[in-house]
Amino acid sequence: MSGYRARDWAVQPPALTPAYKTTRLRAPSAPLVRMSEGCVPESGPVFGHGDLGPLDHDLLQNYASDGAPIGERILLHGRVMDQDARPVPGTLIEIWQANAGGRYRHRNDDYLAPLDPNFGGCGRTLSDDDGHYRFHTLRPGPYPWPNSENSWRPAHIHVSVMGSGLPQRLITQLYFEGDPLVALCPIVQAIPDKGAIDRLVARLDLEAATPFDRLAYRFDIVLRGSRATVFENKPEGM
Amino acid sequence: MTKTPLPETASQTAGPYVHIGLASEAAGLERSLSVLGACIAGPDVPGERMVIEGQILDGAGVPVTDAMFELWQGDATGKLAGSEGCASGFHGWGRTAADFETGRWRFETIKPGPIGNQAPHLALWIVARGINIGLHTRVYFDDAAEANAVDPVLLSLPEDRRASLVAQKSGDRSYRFDVHLQGNFETVFFDL
Repeated sequence: MSGYRARDWAVQPPALTPAYKTTRLRAPSAPLVRMSEGCVPESGPVFGHGDLGPLDHDLLQNYASDGAPIGERILLHGRVMDQDARPVPGTLIEIWQANAGGRYRHRNDDYLAPLDPNFGGCGRTLSDDDGHYRFHTLRPGPYPWPNSENSWRPAHIHVSVMGSGLPQRLITQLYFEGDPLVALCPIVQAIPDKGAIDRLVARLDLEAATPFDRLAYRFDIVLRGSRATVFENKPEGM
Repeated sequence: MTKTPLPETASQTAGPYVHIGLASEAAGLERSLSVLGACIAGPDVPGERMVIEGQILDGAGVPVTDAMFELWQGDATGKLAGSEGCASGFHGWGRTAADFETGRWRFETIKPGPIGNQAPHLALWIVARGINIGLHTRVYFDDAAEANAVDPVLLSLPEDRRASLVAQKSGDRSYRFDVHLQGNFETVFFDL
């Protein structure tokens, strides 16, 4: 138990989801042990703008050396909130993704799509006072993976959110509205709750698009909130 | 307070390429963003320097070669980073990637102090391909048997599972802690 609301396991994927093959040997077989009352660390590392470079949030530029990367240019933006819809400011948000062809710039990825010399695929930023964040990037491509003989990951961007203590540490993936591969992906479908899956789908946000430049997608993030009034006078993220 | 809380965002696996975003030097990027989490305790932070290292293994005893570890801890007096009285230059947080062939991992840090009635410990958070939601565990030290014997978290566990959270002294300043995701020696993982 902690100052945070209990995790809602109805919206979280269980450890063992056999259709996602790798979980079979990596899912702990014993149930998680509830941490004793008062033993959960509720503060964590604090980051400032000095920890980040000026282009860290701009994946269209932060790796470009010879022009812009190839692909659909997008603004990815949203808000980090807690379960009481309060903004969580100052949170480190880190993303990583494949390029437009579906290939990661990683020494272990040998998919036949080409690397893009102007795209690294990593970025990070801090949420502002109102919990907002924004990245400039491109829409990644889908790619095959060896889960079964014809498995394809939907286009997705990995998102890591530091939060303000261990219970708020989150890594997830965002998907794109209208992608038919979302319904077929065993990693996505590891989540038992349809609504929770739907909330991982970033929505086209035409109003935030930049005419003649880039489309926009919106992805909001909800971190676990505090119980009762424990943190009433303490801003989240501090 | 009685309002229905918003549903929390669901977790997804970090996948095999987590390094691009969180440990880019391991991904092999020709250049990368500045590294976060490389220094847990700066050189001037008081405390006993130590190394914690081990291996991460799956249910077949095979090394997990794409895992990423995060460590959270208190300083030598048990203060968490950002809290009053915590040593300056102490970040209390680090990240490292498991080795791509052996699944071995390693942190250089200082030995933490007790936090209240809790024995000295490190908090670990582990993500990898095939792990749908990050795993929380704790590392205690075998040379703190007295403190361990009254630690509320260890005491909340069945006796035969406590040893899975105790690192073994393996050198002057080093401890070994293997993570077993499944099996007879399965590490205890927590729901915080």
